[in-house]
Amino acid sequence: MGERQEKRDYLAQAWLVIVLALLYGGALATVQTALSGRIAENKRNETYNVIPDLVPGADKARTAEVVVVGGNGKEVRVYRAFSPDGTPCGWVLPSSGQGFADRIELLVGLDAPCSVITGVYILDQKETPGLGDYITGEDFRDRFRAKPTAEPLVVVKTDPRTETEIRVLTGATISSESVSGIVNAAVRNLKGPLLGLIESQVSPAPETRGVETPSSSGGS
Amino acid sequence: MAQEQPTALERFVNGILPENPVYRQLLGMCPVLAVTNGMKPAMTMAGATAFVLISANIIVSLIRHLLKPHLRILVFTLTIATFVTIADRFLAAYVYEMSKQLGPYVPLIIVNCLIISRCEICSSKQGVGVAIADGVGMALGFALALASIATVREILGSGTWFGLRVMPGVWPNWGIMVLPPGAFLTLGLLLGIAEWVSRRRSERAKSSQ
Repeated sequence: MGERQEKRDYLAQAWLVIVLALLYGGALATVQTALSGRIAENKRNETYNVIPDLVPGADKARTAEVVVVGGNGKEVRVYRAFSPDGTPCGWVLPSSGQGFADRIELLVGLDAPCSVITGVYILDQKETPGLGDYITGEDFRDRFRAKPTAEPLVVVKTDPRTETEIRVLTGATISSESVSGIVNAAVRNLKGPLLGLIESQVSPAPETRGVETPSSSGGS
Repeated sequence: MAQEQPTALERFVNGILPENPVYRQLLGMCPVLAVTNGMKPAMTMAGATAFVLISANIIVSLIRHLLKPHLRILVFTLTIATFVTIADRFLAAYVYEMSKQLGPYVPLIIVNCLIISRCEICSSKQGVGVAIADGVGMALGFALALASIATVREILGSGTWFGLRVMPGVWPNWGIMVLPPGAFLTLGLLLGIAEWVSRRRSERAKSSQ
C-alpha cells in the first residue's frame, strides 16, 4: 500500500516535467516543420557547390538530379555530374548514418561507371571537437579518393595494405568507422540501381539544374 | 530570516562586469576558447547564448512556484535543451555558413554552466522582470568577454576585425593566435588583467576608508 502511494506521489510530482516535455516537443516539431525546407535548400546549394570537387571535371551548372529507387526500396535523390561538354562524368550520392555523437550526413562522389570513389564530403556532423570532427578535414576525406567500389571499405589502424583499407583517424575510431560505413552503405544501396539506369538510358546532358525521373529506376 | 535578493538593476549590472561570467566566474570556457578565433563566430555564439539564457530565465521564472526541489535540474535542462535546439535550427536555416563553422559548439550551449547557474541562482527564485534583467546582463557580460578575446585573437592572428583588414599589409599574421594555444594565451592574459584591475580597485577602496 505504501509502495503504491509512493508511485502515485512520483507521478503527481512529475506532472510538470511531463507537461513541459509535451509542450517543448510540440514547439520543436513546429520549428522543425517551419525551417526544414530552408535547411534542406541550404544543403542542396552546398551540394552543388562541392560537386566539382567530388567529381573531377564536373560542371555544377550542368548537374542533373535523378530520383532512383535504392536497393533498400526507398527513393533517393542523387546528382548526376556532367562535364562542360555534356559528357556524363560521375555521380554524387547523399547518405547519412549514426556517428559517435549524432548523425553524420555526407556526399559520396563516384566516377561515371560507379567503379571508383572520386571524393567524400561531410555535409553535417556533430562529432567530438578536436577528435572526431577531423572527419571533415581534407586529409581524412582524401583517404577515400580513388578507392574501388567493388568491395566494401575496411577501416584499419595501420597504413593501408590493400586498396580497400582506410586508415583510421587517431582518437576517433568510431567516427572513422561511421564515415566508412556510411560510404559503404551508399555504394551498396545505389550502385546497382545506377548501373541499371546507365544501361537502360542514354540521357542527354541537361542545360541547367533539373530533376529527371528514370522510367526504369529499380533493380538492385 | 530570508536573505534579501538583488534588484533587477543590480542583477543587470552585476552580469556585465562585477560578476562577469567569464572573467569573474570562469563559466562557459568551452565556447570562450573554441569560437573566439574571429569576431563573427564569437558574436554568433554570443547571440545564440543570449537567446537561450534569456528564454530559459523567463520560462523558469514563470514556473518557479511549481518546481519540486529534486526535479528542478531536470526541468532546467529540458528547458535549456529546447531553446538550444531552436537556436541551432534557426542558425542552420538563416546563417548556414556560420552554423557549419560553429558545428557542435551550438548544441554544446546545453551544457554551458552559465545558463543553468542563472536558472538556479536567479530565475528559480525571483520574478520575471528580475530574471530578464539578469539574463540580459549576463548575456551582455558573456558577449563582452567573447568580443574582447576574439578581438585580440583575430587582429593579431589574421590582421582583421569582423573580416575587415585593420592591420597594415606588412603585419605578419601570428598564426598561433587563431589556433587553440592562442585562445589559452589570450584568455590567461586578459584574466590576469581583469584580476589586476579588480585588486587595485579594492586596494584603493580600502585605503580611502
